[in-house]
Amino acid sequence: MLAFLMRRLGEALLTIIGLTLVVFLSLHLAPGDPAALIAGNQATEAELAIVRERFGLNDPLPVQYANWLARVARGDFGTSHFGERPIGPDLMHAFPISLSLALGGLVVAVVIGIPVGVIAAARRDGPLDLTVMGSAVAGMSMPVFWVALLTILLFSVRLGWLPSSGWGTFAHAILPVFSVSLASLALLARMTRSLMVELLLEDFVRTARAKGLANRGVFYRHALRNALPPLATVIGLRLGLLVGGAVITETVFAIPGIGRLMVQAVNLRDFPVVQGGVLLIALVVIAVNFLVDLSYLVLDPRVRYT
Amino acid sequence: MRWKALIRSHSGVLGAVIVVLFLATAALAPVVAPTDPTAQNLRAALRPPGQDGYLLGSDELGRDTLSRIIYGSRISLAIGLASVGFGLVLGVPLGLMAGYQGRALDSVTMRAADIVIALPRLLIGIVIVATWGIGFWTLVMAIGVPDIPVFARLVRGSTLQVAQMEYVTAARALGSPDSRIMFRHIFPNLVGPLTVQVTFSMAAAILTAGGLSFLGLGVRPPTPEWGYMLAQARVYMRVAPHLITYPGVALAVVVLGINLLGDALRQAYDPRFRGKEA
Repeated sequence: MLAFLMRRLGEALLTIIGLTLVVFLSLHLAPGDPAALIAGNQATEAELAIVRERFGLNDPLPVQYANWLARVARGDFGTSHFGERPIGPDLMHAFPISLSLALGGLVVAVVIGIPVGVIAAARRDGPLDLTVMGSAVAGMSMPVFWVALLTILLFSVRLGWLPSSGWGTFAHAILPVFSVSLASLALLARMTRSLMVELLLEDFVRTARAKGLANRGVFYRHALRNALPPLATVIGLRLGLLVGGAVITETVFAIPGIGRLMVQAVNLRDFPVVQGGVLLIALVVIAVNFLVDLSYLVLDPRVRYT
Repeated sequence: MRWKALIRSHSGVLGAVIVVLFLATAALAPVVAPTDPTAQNLRAALRPPGQDGYLLGSDELGRDTLSRIIYGSRISLAIGLASVGFGLVLGVPLGLMAGYQGRALDSVTMRAADIVIALPRLLIGIVIVATWGIGFWTLVMAIGVPDIPVFARLVRGSTLQVAQMEYVTAARALGSPDSRIMFRHIFPNLVGPLTVQVTFSMAAAILTAGGLSFLGLGVRPPTPEWGYMLAQARVYMRVAPHLITYPGVALAVVVLGINLLGDALRQAYDPRFRGKEA
C-alpha cells in the first residue's frame, strides 16, 4: 500500500515538473524573440532590451527556469503587458469559478450517470434501456458549446426560466454545469451499464442470488462495487475533457473564469496569462487524477495488498 | 435479445453510412451546394429556413446556411485528416522505437507521453495557438500534438508483444536492419488497433477543431466552419435560432457517425469482443 502510494505520488510530481517545463519552454519554442512575445509586436529595440533585462531573458535557460519556478511558486505569475498589472490576482479571482464549474460538472456526471447506468442494466434490453443508451450515444457526440447554446435557446430565450449569462447565483450555474457534464454523464451511464451487464453474469453474482440475497443487495453490494474501480479510471480520463468543456462553456455563458481570461489573452497575445492559466488548470487535473488513484485504495481492496 | 443484436449491428452500418455521406459531401461540395458559401446578400439577411430559396435559412450577411454547412464539411475533414496524420507521423515511429529498442528511449518516451496525456487537450491547443498564432497549420498542430502520445503508447504496447514473435527473431538472425524489422515486420501487425484509434481521434479532432474555432482560435472568416458559424450565431440567437440548430446538428451527426463506426471497428478487431455483444 505504501509502495503504491509512493509510486503514484512520484508520478504526479514528475508530471508536475514536466508540466512546468512545457509551459516554461513554450515561450521559447515560439518562433521569433520571446521578448517580442512579452512586449508585443510593436515594441522598439530599446523596449525589447528593457524586457530582456527585466525578465532575465539574457540568463541561461536553466537559470531562467529556476527563477520563473520560484516566482510562480509564490503566486507571482508576472505582469500583463496591458497596463503593467500583475496577473496573479486576476487568475486567483477567476480560478475558483472555473474550478466549481468543472468539478460541478464532474459531480453531476457521476451522481446522475452511474445510477442511470445501473437502472439501464437492471432493465436490460427493455424500452427504457434502449432509450437511455440511445440518448447516451447521442449525448456523447454533441459538442459542449452546442449543448450550451441549445440550453440557452430553450431555457432562457424560449421559456425564460434561467439566466443566459453571468455567474454568482445557483440559477446562473444550472445551465453551464449541465452543459459541461452532459458528455461525461452519457459516457459514464454507458460504461456503468456495460460493466454491470457483464458483472451480473459473473459466478459470484449467481452465488449471491443463490444464497437468497435480494436483487437490490446483489446489484449494489456485489455488482456495482466491482464496477467502481474501472469507473474511477474512466472519470480520471474524462477530467481533461471536462476541463476543456468548462473553458469553452465559460465563453458561451460569459462566466468570468480562467478559460475566458485565457481565450481573451490568446487573442491579445498576452502570453503570461495563458501560461498562468494553463499551469493552474493542469495542476488541478493532476491533483484530481492523483485523488482518483488514491480512491482505488478504498474502492478496490486488492490494491491495498500490493 | 434479437432487438438489441439488430440495433447493434445496425449502428456500425449507420456510422459507415454517415461517414460515407460526410466524405461525399466534402468531395462534392461545389456540386451539391446550392450557392457560393461566401456570397452575401444583405437584403436577405437572417431569413428563416425555407424562405426566399434558403433551404436552411440565411445568416446575418445573407449567406446560405446550407451551402456554408456543406462547405464546412471540407474544413472539418481537412483538419481532421491533417491533425490525425500529424499525430500518426510522429507517434508511430516513436512508439515503434520505444517498444522495439526499449531501455532509456522507452522510459523517456513513455514518461513524456504520461505528461502530455495528463494535460487537457484543449489547453494544449490553446498554448500552441498562443505561441504560434492563429492559422490552419497551427490548428492542425494544436489538435494533432495530443494524439502523438496516444499513438505512441498504443504502438509501443503492441510492438512489445510482436517483437517477441519468432519471425522477428528470425528476421534479426538473417541480418535485417532494425528499421526494416520495425516497419516491414512489426508495423503491419499494428494496423488493426491503429485503425480503431484513428477513427476515435478523427472524431475528437473534429470536435476540438469546432471548439477552437468557436473560441475564435481556429479557422478564421470568411471560411465556413461549423464551430465558427455557431459562435457567430450566438449574437442572433433570438431572431434566428436556425443558425444555431443546423451547424450543430451537422457537427454532432458527423461525430456520432465516426464514433459508431469506431465502436464497430473495435468490436471487429478486438478478439475479446468477438462472439460477445457487450
